[in-house]
Amino acid sequence: MIPAREPRTPRDAARLLVLDSEGGTFEDALMPDLPRFLRAGDLLVVNDAATLPASLRVRMPSGAGAEIRLQSQVEDSTWRAALLGAGDWRTPTELRDPPEGVAPGWVLRISESLVMEVVEVSPDSPRLITVRFNRGGEDLWTALYAYGKPVQYSYLAADLDLWSVQTVYAARPWAVEMPSAGEALSWRILLALRRKGVGLASLTHAAGLSATGDEDLDALLPLAERFEIPESTVEAIESTRASGGRVVAVGTTVVRALEGCAAQHSGNLSNGRGLTELVITKDFSPRIVDGLLTGIHEPSQSHFRLLRAFADEIALRRAWRHAAEIGYLGHEFGDACLILPCSGPL
Amino acid sequence: MEIRDASVMITGGSRGLGRALGNAMAREGARVTLIARHGEELDKTLFEIRAPGGEAHGIAADVGDKSAIYPIAGQSAALAGPIDILVLNASTLGPVPLRLLMDTECEDLERVLQVNLIGPFRLVKAVAGAMALRGRGLVIGISSDAAVEAYAGWGSYGISKAALDHMMRIFAKEFEGTGIQFLSIDPGEMDTRMHADAMPDADPATLSRPEDVADRICDIIRHAGDFQTGSRVLASGVGVL
Repeated sequence: MIPAREPRTPRDAARLLVLDSEGGTFEDALMPDLPRFLRAGDLLVVNDAATLPASLRVRMPSGAGAEIRLQSQVEDSTWRAALLGAGDWRTPTELRDPPEGVAPGWVLRISESLVMEVVEVSPDSPRLITVRFNRGGEDLWTALYAYGKPVQYSYLAADLDLWSVQTVYAARPWAVEMPSAGEALSWRILLALRRKGVGLASLTHAAGLSATGDEDLDALLPLAERFEIPESTVEAIESTRASGGRVVAVGTTVVRALEGCAAQHSGNLSNGRGLTELVITKDFSPRIVDGLLTGIHEPSQSHFRLLRAFADEIALRRAWRHAAEIGYLGHEFGDACLILPCSGPL
Repeated sequence: MEIRDASVMITGGSRGLGRALGNAMAREGARVTLIARHGEELDKTLFEIRAPGGEAHGIAADVGDKSAIYPIAGQSAALAGPIDILVLNASTLGPVPLRLLMDTECEDLERVLQVNLIGPFRLVKAVAGAMALRGRGLVIGISSDAAVEAYAGWGSYGISKAALDHMMRIFAKEFEGTGIQFLSIDPGEMDTRMHADAMPDADPATLSRPEDVADRICDIIRHAGDFQTGSRVLASGVGVL
């Protein structure tokens, strides 16, 4: 799949591959056609996490450079993070020299006044560390926005700014990479869905790193991620299901939040905050989510394996081959795919 | 709209009406985030709000700068939670003494529009979408008499405020039925530094205190449901346009 090399303008100028998860058939459409494929009574659930500038340049005690990518906030000043070798976004992370190994107590310097201390190195990967900043609360957020940049992608044509990695409904900055499935949703589409009688609901899921270029660390992804589901979203989902509507998740982060929550509550949803370690594979039977709006990623990636929980692998591969043949674009700013049971709720 | 427990963002929050509104809303139990260009004045206002136990956060940033918008939106939401009430209060007159429109430099008009119109536009884009999805939220544009009356010498400012009012009406129309409300509020003439810059000879005794206007705006917010979205409301209580 050819990667999209820049953010789209307008953002909804994307193709939409619609795959019937029951019949295995697919058709080509455009993102603004989305309302045509959903029915009054269906519910679209989005992840409203804003994307924070999670990439920080650091200097090791030896003077060597490295990149820290924040993964998740543990508490105020303490974050889990991935340690990457030095290099800018133009060099794919897998081609960079590995970073120096670090140990608890090491101080990594971002600026004269902003530093982080390594408090733990994961036994699972020397590149997965826990760090504590020398600032907290307001001061830390100010510093993150002053020194951090959004996580960059080497296939893009230019540097990615913070404007380009936000959805049109972004709220709290919980995501370290953009919840990209929602990137192609515009208010033109969302309001058209609303007029049609399709419900809209949100939750917040702290989307973590998608890849780091380190095979061992990438094998651990996705790590545990926190989420928060508002009471109104739980009610909307319950009422949609009770009346036979379909719950359509925008992105795998929404699937992970909803199914992770349900897995912790005997198949039911509960409002409030939680943490999920759920990894969705082809053997997983979704209990809450009927359909999925998602990006188009390579069949070799973990994202594709997750899709097999929603559609037959042969149908997925056939649709993907077609998409590649006619020039669909992949990756974060690429085209979209809607997988849903077209003949009725599961 | 309930002020208690609301997450409120106020631009131009370090002095004048913004400072008074920050104090008033924090006193009622709101979590307030103030945005202002000048860190020192901002710190003083934050101290003033926090001393009696109010919750206030500060972000030193220029709303006329596009690259500042997502840092403002992100930090505010991280510190105080998703924004419930956005008060677009920051504004600039442009160079003072005020000049006739024909004597206004193009760059000065552009700068006024950046701060008074484009900045608010960008902030609404960054904040209001989440409000609409949650089905509640209030966006207030602080307007002026100069938005409806053509005063000689108030060209850049008047143009920017008239456009701000209309922008609020258009957002109101586009988001109709989503639960998010847009209001323009004309605070009337106040005893502020901006007023003194514009009209140095005005008698302060004839002007409202920003604290009194802030109380009236809080009253409008509490009763926001009584106003149609897109309305232009006079803080003096004279009426709705």
